[in-house]
Amino acid sequence: MLVLPLLAFILITFVVPIGQMLQRSFYNDGFSAHMPGISQWFAENPRGSEPNDAAWAALADDLLASAEARTIGVVGTRINYDVPGTRSLFTSTGRKVRKGIEPPYREALLEIDEDWGDPRIWSAMRDASRPVTSNFYLAAVDRTRAEDGSIEQVAPRQRIYVMLFMRTFWLSALITVLTFVLGFPVAHLLATLPMRKSNLLMILVLLPFWTSLLVRTTSWMVLLQQQGVINDILVWLGVIGGGQRLQMIYNQTGTIIAMTHILLPFMILPLYSVMRTINPSYVRAARSLGATSWTAFRRIYFPQTLPGLGAGALLVFILAVGYYITPALVGGSSGQLISNMIALHMTDTLNWSMAAALAALLLGSVLVLYWLYDKLVGVDNLKLG
Amino acid sequence: MLDNTSGDAFVAFEHVQKSYDGQTLVVKDLNLSIAKGEFVTMLGPSGSGKTTCLMMLAGFETATHGEIRLDGRPINQVPPHKRGIGMVFQNYALFPHMTVGENLSFPLEVRGMGKAEREARVKRSLGMVQMGAFANRRPAQLSGGQQQRIALARALVFDPHLVLMDEPLGALDKQLREHMQFEIKHLHEELGITVVYVTHDQTEALTMSDRIAVFNDGRIQQLATPNQLYEQPENSFVAGFIGENNALPGIIEALEGDKAVVKLADGGLIDATAVNIRERGQKTTVSIRPERVEFKPEMMPPGAHSIEAEVLEVVYMGDILRTRLLVAGSDDFIMKCRNTIGQTRLESGQKIRIGWHPQDARALDPV
Repeated sequence: MLVLPLLAFILITFVVPIGQMLQRSFYNDGFSAHMPGISQWFAENPRGSEPNDAAWAALADDLLASAEARTIGVVGTRINYDVPGTRSLFTSTGRKVRKGIEPPYREALLEIDEDWGDPRIWSAMRDASRPVTSNFYLAAVDRTRAEDGSIEQVAPRQRIYVMLFMRTFWLSALITVLTFVLGFPVAHLLATLPMRKSNLLMILVLLPFWTSLLVRTTSWMVLLQQQGVINDILVWLGVIGGGQRLQMIYNQTGTIIAMTHILLPFMILPLYSVMRTINPSYVRAARSLGATSWTAFRRIYFPQTLPGLGAGALLVFILAVGYYITPALVGGSSGQLISNMIALHMTDTLNWSMAAALAALLLGSVLVLYWLYDKLVGVDNLKLG
Repeated sequence: MLDNTSGDAFVAFEHVQKSYDGQTLVVKDLNLSIAKGEFVTMLGPSGSGKTTCLMMLAGFETATHGEIRLDGRPINQVPPHKRGIGMVFQNYALFPHMTVGENLSFPLEVRGMGKAEREARVKRSLGMVQMGAFANRRPAQLSGGQQQRIALARALVFDPHLVLMDEPLGALDKQLREHMQFEIKHLHEELGITVVYVTHDQTEALTMSDRIAVFNDGRIQQLATPNQLYEQPENSFVAGFIGENNALPGIIEALEGDKAVVKLADGGLIDATAVNIRERGQKTTVSIRPERVEFKPEMMPPGAHSIEAEVLEVVYMGDILRTRLLVAGSDDFIMKCRNTIGQTRLESGQKIRIGWHPQDARALDPV
């Protein structure tokens, strides 16, 4: 009973908004709700049928009604997602239609704007005539529907999402490996050093963890930029010439360095909590049984850290896959991740359906990874602390 | 008893010292030699240095000073994995991510032994501890006693000549512990291995060992067979640590050879055997085992001194009557009377005279 307020809170602030957002990825009635006549006509006539007089009449009626109801913008926005630059076609036509339109409607509409004859517009309107659509998901994997309804790849220079997904997963995997390589020895030290020293080390690990993400990211900007601290030192030491300053930020390198640093505690802490529970007598036993220190580490110690490693790797990877602020600030163009694209659609293009589709794909792939992890390692073995 | 010259000893500690911080010595001038096939127990309270000695022998600690030899070879610089010493740990230290079979196979694998021979040896070792059916279990699926057996089998599977055991039975219940004591002893005799055993449980030490080294304060207080240790303790610490003991402080009144007369705090005189005292007038602590105290005049040797005592409490324990007495101002003097048919039943408040054979009372260093 006492958890009911929390449940309600989670439901209202978490489940419902996310559910609504995800719904947008496959459900958008911006066209169908405000253009019922032409939507009806699309439903009755199969794909590929030429628009007849009834179709043109329904379109003109709908445009008029929508313009009167001031919803023509919404309709235009919906078509604009599929055929960029068409929002104004709807709004301007709407204005003109309100001044009066006479049959024959086909000629009248083409008179207003000859784009109404464009089969792409008709194809897009047909796609949008049903509120449930897979178009956003297709777009999220660089696919689109051809005029005949078949699925095809978009033009090569528009193929960005698949590449961004690949880059996101690749960089996340790389960052996970880097945090492991850097974090494992630190966690081991934390677990084995005497109390005083390990407490000090723990503070060193946690201090950046408690510091604002933005502060840490901007401090990397100070360090890594071309006129930054590291380049200055390298030039001063004579390692590189003044003209060969390294480009370490506003590209992938920047994203990797900054994200590895920021996500490091998420690897160290689960590893540490597992390592602390490993009795040193295991390694001693292995040594007394004839194993060299390396064998004892590889066969006895390391396997026992796997639950922590699994937890750390899963945490770091999942956080990295959805990371947004750091790549946005230090990533330049080559260091952008898929979440930056989602943010773009949320805030700039206002194509929330597209953002939702990308986010759903991201969520889906993380769930698949989690499922794989469960199959391979077993979630029961996960130790977060 | 084996002598202390370490020329042909299997394991020898020579003037070994150990300090962790460079100031206080945890082990002070340790000399110990162990013969091949011997079962030697290091017994002592916690912090007495016994475990440190074992760890130095295993190679997990380095001696600050002195030399440790195994089979005539100095091993101070030999890393643990090259010493070929089997070890049973206090918490068993069975590898939790491996099955019982893999645990036993591990020391053979790291020695590069072939699969067929490994399997044969693992099977033989498991048979030795009657655990043949458990090869595919995980340690977590076994009971404490079973884990103990596996730990034992693992320490023996690669045929070490020396096996170290660090309080291996500490986590078991009493009954199982007694059973395992017997089994370990049995294995030791059967295999002819040398065992160095660490415990703080004196009963365990007395039942299992050929010789016991009693540790306190970083030194061996006495190294002797169990019965010597019990009957002829050489100092007050050993007398107090092994078995139940009555300690009476006093001053040496007369000394002739090893026969001493001791004057107690209340002026009473008792007979004792002088052990580590040298002269008249010296302070001493007289140690008497409770079962050697007599209160019937006919049981005391003629001419022996007797002193007054008051019965404070009689506890009926079945086989014995444990009687607490007020003697020379101390109220925790214990006398154990056998519960025989003709035994006189004492009442509390009763005044009696007690005495003993002079060789049973040992005048030791003052506490």
